[in-house]
Amino acid sequence: MDTVIIQYNAGNTRSVYNALQRLGVEARISSDEADIRAAGRVIFPGVGAAGPAMAFLRAAGLDKLLPSLEQPVLGICLGMQLMCRYSEEGDTNCLGIFDQDVLHFGTGAKVPHTGWNTLQHLSSPLFKGVDENSYVYYVHSYYVPQGKTTTASTDYMLPYSAALQKDNFYALQFHPEKSGPAGARILQNFMSL
Amino acid sequence: MTLAKRIIPCLDIKDGKTVKGVQFEGLRDMGDPVALAAYYAEQGADELVLLDITATHEKRKTLASLVARVALAIDIPFTVGGGISSPDDVRRLLEAGADKISLNSAALRDPDLVGAAALAFGSQCVVLAVDTKMEAGDWYVYSNGGREATGRLTRDWVREAVARGAGEILLTAINRDGTRSGFALDHTRHIAEAVTVPVIASGGAGNKEHFLEVFTEGAADAALAAGIFHEKILALPELKQYLKTSGIAVRT
Repeated sequence: MDTVIIQYNAGNTRSVYNALQRLGVEARISSDEADIRAAGRVIFPGVGAAGPAMAFLRAAGLDKLLPSLEQPVLGICLGMQLMCRYSEEGDTNCLGIFDQDVLHFGTGAKVPHTGWNTLQHLSSPLFKGVDENSYVYYVHSYYVPQGKTTTASTDYMLPYSAALQKDNFYALQFHPEKSGPAGARILQNFMSL
Repeated sequence: MTLAKRIIPCLDIKDGKTVKGVQFEGLRDMGDPVALAAYYAEQGADELVLLDITATHEKRKTLASLVARVALAIDIPFTVGGGISSPDDVRRLLEAGADKISLNSAALRDPDLVGAAALAFGSQCVVLAVDTKMEAGDWYVYSNGGREATGRLTRDWVREAVARGAGEILLTAINRDGTRSGFALDHTRHIAEAVTVPVIASGGAGNKEHFLEVFTEGAADAALAAGIFHEKILALPELKQYLKTSGIAVRT
């Protein structure tokens, strides 16, 4: 049962691939529907803008595939935002896996939220062995408010969702692939689900 | 709000090797940028900057393969700069695994490059590097490795570049660079307060107190240094512990 990293037009697939390599996991990078459906685990990374990314996913038929997956799925950064219902970024309807909207940070502090910030209220198997207030690496201008599916929070201007989980769908707003030992542990935990 | 202040060692790369007196025991090849990058990441660096100072375009072509090897070796973000002059250069380095690229002289020659890179790849990966120098009571931009005066006020250029899409500013005070006399605090604060993106202070780090000053008086979001780390004058764990004890949010 292998791991597939979804290749699309907003992916930092290489960084995620490298991080899995460091854990000794040989992942495959693919945008093929059959490949993704057959994978043991699916990682849905992302760096870029919501509108063009959703347009690509629709054109490739992945907008229907992703919500129907039954294996563990991990969305990262933009990937997490695309798994929500709607994003203010480009007024974009998203995949609707999480019943949440994605909002802009607005003004009041430097945006994008760039750098290392801390995790609180950890409640997911992804955070096994990860301490409260561990630092992880963020780069984002839009955020998901706290809600029923929130499994970790970070505070930047306000407390928001650092992580979400619903059934087999997991999502992280930060970049575990760039978050030092804490990030490596979180990826390892995903690989152990 | 606990966003940490970042400490960023800078590796100068020439012909694929690190330059400047790197003095680390236990590194088999101290000139190997991959080994040095991994060492700093393990020591607690929050990010790295790889600055290619290779003189010729021909020799610079090997940079992408070096970037790919660094990207595989480290689990923190890194920026690549030096001689990047086209969207193709940007694409090649990002595809190789760089998280951000920095633009300097090429952006001064062709300011549209900033916007083109931001549009294609996102502002979050476009760092504007500015070499700035105090002259007659104000700070001006220099180009081509700090050798040529442009006559432009630094604050004007930085504001323009941010409006065009630069997502971060790497501000190097060239009359402080290598002096170990401390960062340009007033100038850094002035620039940090003039823009809505993070500012990395560079030039002048000589001791741990200088880092504390630049985060408090200088209002910097991050601080970059090279020689002080390479020559083992200051170790990253000691610096971070000092900053933490002094009330600065740092990742330890």
